[in-house]
Amino acid sequence: MLGRTLREVSAALKQGQVSPTELCQRCLSLIKKTKFLNAYITVSEEVALKQAEESEKRYKKGLSLGDLDGIPVAVKDNFSTAGIETTCASNMLKGYVPPYNATVVQKLLDQGALLMGKTNLDEFAMGSGSTDGIFGPVKNPWSYSKQYREKRKQKSHGENEDSDWLITGGSSGGSAAAVSAFTCFAALGSDTGGSTRNPAAHCGVVGLKPSYGLVSRHGLIPLVNSMDVPGILTRCVDDAAIVLGILAGHDPKDSTTIQDPVKPFTLPSLTDVSKLCIGIPKEYLTPELSSEVRSLWSKAANLFESEGAKVIEVSLPHTSYSIVCYHVLCTSEVASNMARFDGLEYGHRCDTDVSTEAMYAATRREGFNDVVRERILSGNFFLLKENYENYFVKAQKVRRLIARDFVNVFNSGVDVLLTPTTLSEAVPHTEFIREDNRTRSAQDDIFTQAVNMAGLPAVSVPMALSSQRLPIGLQFIGRAFCDQQLLTVAKWFEKRVQFPVIQLQELMDDCSSIFENEKLASVSLK
Amino acid sequence: MATPMLRWCCPGRRWIFAGIGGGSRHGRGVPTGSTSSGKKGQSSVAQQPLITAQKPRKGEREWAAVVGLEIHAQIASNSKLFSGSQVDFAAPPNSLVSFFDASLPGTLPVLNRRCVEAAVMTGLALDCHINRKSLFDRKHYFYADLPAGYQITQQRLPIAVNGSLAYSVCVGKRWSQMVTRTVGVKQIQLEQDSGKSLHDNLRSQTLIDLNRAGVGLLEVVLEPDMSCGEEAAAAVRELQLILQALGTSQANMAEGQLRVDANISVHHPGEPLGVRTEVKNLNSARFLAKAIDYEIQRQISELENGGKILNETRSFDYKLGCTVPMRDKEGKQDYRFMPEPNLPPLLLYDSGSLPTGADPQQVIDIDQLRERLPELPRVTREKLVRQYGMLPEHSFALLNEVGLLEFFQNVIKETRAEPKKVTSWVLNTFLGFLKQQNLAVSESPVTPSALAELLDLLDRKAISSSAAKQVTDVKKGNPRAINKLIGLVRRATLGRADPTVIKEVLERQLSS
Repeated sequence: MLGRTLREVSAALKQGQVSPTELCQRCLSLIKKTKFLNAYITVSEEVALKQAEESEKRYKKGLSLGDLDGIPVAVKDNFSTAGIETTCASNMLKGYVPPYNATVVQKLLDQGALLMGKTNLDEFAMGSGSTDGIFGPVKNPWSYSKQYREKRKQKSHGENEDSDWLITGGSSGGSAAAVSAFTCFAALGSDTGGSTRNPAAHCGVVGLKPSYGLVSRHGLIPLVNSMDVPGILTRCVDDAAIVLGILAGHDPKDSTTIQDPVKPFTLPSLTDVSKLCIGIPKEYLTPELSSEVRSLWSKAANLFESEGAKVIEVSLPHTSYSIVCYHVLCTSEVASNMARFDGLEYGHRCDTDVSTEAMYAATRREGFNDVVRERILSGNFFLLKENYENYFVKAQKVRRLIARDFVNVFNSGVDVLLTPTTLSEAVPHTEFIREDNRTRSAQDDIFTQAVNMAGLPAVSVPMALSSQRLPIGLQFIGRAFCDQQLLTVAKWFEKRVQFPVIQLQELMDDCSSIFENEKLASVSLK
Repeated sequence: MATPMLRWCCPGRRWIFAGIGGGSRHGRGVPTGSTSSGKKGQSSVAQQPLITAQKPRKGEREWAAVVGLEIHAQIASNSKLFSGSQVDFAAPPNSLVSFFDASLPGTLPVLNRRCVEAAVMTGLALDCHINRKSLFDRKHYFYADLPAGYQITQQRLPIAVNGSLAYSVCVGKRWSQMVTRTVGVKQIQLEQDSGKSLHDNLRSQTLIDLNRAGVGLLEVVLEPDMSCGEEAAAAVRELQLILQALGTSQANMAEGQLRVDANISVHHPGEPLGVRTEVKNLNSARFLAKAIDYEIQRQISELENGGKILNETRSFDYKLGCTVPMRDKEGKQDYRFMPEPNLPPLLLYDSGSLPTGADPQQVIDIDQLRERLPELPRVTREKLVRQYGMLPEHSFALLNEVGLLEFFQNVIKETRAEPKKVTSWVLNTFLGFLKQQNLAVSESPVTPSALAELLDLLDRKAISSSAAKQVTDVKKGNPRAINKLIGLVRRATLGRADPTVIKEVLERQLSS
């Protein structure tokens, strides 16, 4: 049951094949079993069980709230959850319990979803590995998959398997791992430069970054307000569409959301792609791109072409400036957004009481990690009066050029862009930490982050396993607010590539009861 | 406008700040050799440039002062600029604080329509150009009563620009010598108020009240077109009346609803402007004038003595009557302005550009607001002068006191007496009585009808003006005045009436 997609388990709930409480308990037990993945910071067991109980009552009365009623979900720990600690994986917010729910969280709860817990991330979502939070790194469930283990056994003997685990990517690594390891059916991430798509690609799940303004940011603890978007991680494209349908729409509490009403939608099953025009941005063919990803990318392009779609090379000429531009804009907003963490109203406060200024300094020194403090420092530098024109304003202009690149391409008749999501498959933690956070973020966001500058929707869809038997995802980028069209194309692609399911039975060999008596239509755990 | 000049006639001599007590006007002497006899202070000197026949002695040069103002007016609205919290001056501390006001992470600003309307109306009343598109910015500084670490304001593109404010000052000793001056309105911007810090020095604690945090402010920036404290005070007073007429701010300085910062510099005419200082947080018209005049003289004195003026922020010590440098947050710092990313550009429309089918709740039509503008004080005064043949200074006096104009108009409605007589009675006898009793117009024991009746009696010559004054004296609480009235009645009745009965009747009449 746990291996099913959201849509399938939703049908099972409606048909009474499983009860919300049963489902909830199974997920909770798996969360405990997979605790070593470090996917969750907080497991809200009591809350989830109570929600399950209420959901069960509704089902018994035939008053289900919809597709999400009784469905276990997880939420990245940078979304405010009323009564549940929200830490951003930072000492600064350790122990902080928000008095309100983020709009997206509220919408999930209003639909009857069960909140299993808050997932791990890089501190304040600053990172691309989910390795830099105070609760430690998240481990990629694929490190423990049968596929990967068997491959490694062939290659090398005697290596310590436990010390060679893979990173999830980030910063929404906890959410990606939670979905990938079957501990929930959907999870919220956030995406500022690729933070949802990157771990989705590394963990073999679908990661959707909706159009900026389509989904409310109210309650999402910001990284870069002008680029942040709540992200959706699921096991298939249809599931992402279901969740998006529920989350999308105007929020009076977020002035940057669109005014037009958004109706829930079901994705059509595309049979004919001959009217589609797929763009392949030539600038994304970088030397750093691994040959495996590169060959899968062209395989995907060929797939579309062979099915009659028009596949053309396009140019996004300002792509190479995107990283440095992002650095200036991101750190500037970070410097501003982090100013509120002063130890007065909430969060960490140091013991120093010599003066207010000394208290600020010590609180912030103790509360933030080096990555956050570095970004605050750079950001404040860029915002100084003498630097503002040369850095911030220039970066904004470059941002506009980057956004215009996309507009030009879409105006030329391209429907969807097809690109890699990441340079390569997930790397072992030991390898990942050889570079610092900043270098890593700059490298890893290369294909994802221009999309945030332009506010476009993009989705990472797992395509195939690498020679190491690790997932590789590709990214589709759509026109602004054409999220549905984007997902329709992604769904067609997903169906064609038949990405293999993660085999985690070794990991869970002593919890076979969870999976017994299940007829798994789309998923095989054995 | 020509910059009036301040003259310094005593080079090399330091001002002596004698008599530092609060009451004395600056405690500063009139420059020796000045011909401004009879003038109370430097401000008057500034009004009337002293063009003396004698040339300045060697080494003696003229000074001109330049004064600009930044005025913060709290917007009269039910809720705050970006949150739904109520606005109430007198609420218990921290009882009106939303999650946004306390800057809880993840909260976002939502612009209050009423505050935008208030800004547009104020802009229209000050003949500003209303920007169809304006932007919000973050201004960063750390302070305990600024929870987010930044204030949302409109630094780059404010809602209104390029207006003007006409105000009047008297140039002589007499009110009748009033002249109208104009000061440019550089811009009007919407911004958030901060909370309040209450320093408890005894326990060395600072207590924070966030009730005020996030209340909408109109920052009105007046161009440096003024040259002395009196002009600045008159301009602020006029702005206050305009805001009150519009209802966009209660603009009560004592309650902090109107706060003024002054930028002041001095220079020799014909030479570039001097280094300016900023005097912050002036919260009464009187202190505003005093602080500016003090600061002008301080700068002159400093420069005359070979000193330098620092581009610094100062505050006015109203007890000492002088300005002093401020340290902490108000000092020079880089505010690291940045666009507020959570608020899209504020777009305004006029009847021509209104998008069809737009939700009226979501758009603001400038033309519609223009139609709703009430009569402005200047127009009201002109009307009074025209309608009642009143002297301009009387029209000023009538508008200067809250409720006095309405009182006057009610008396006029009910009496046959000449408007001139009514004006004189209201402004002299009635207002004098109120001042003496320290009462507001609304607290007056004399109703407009009573005064109207009295003036009618006077008009019919039923009573003499002295009797009428005595009636008001009794009303003022002077019981002995009744004896004079008894005398008048006895004379009128040729001594046939019983004084005791007269007293009873009079008392009954007067207490009604």
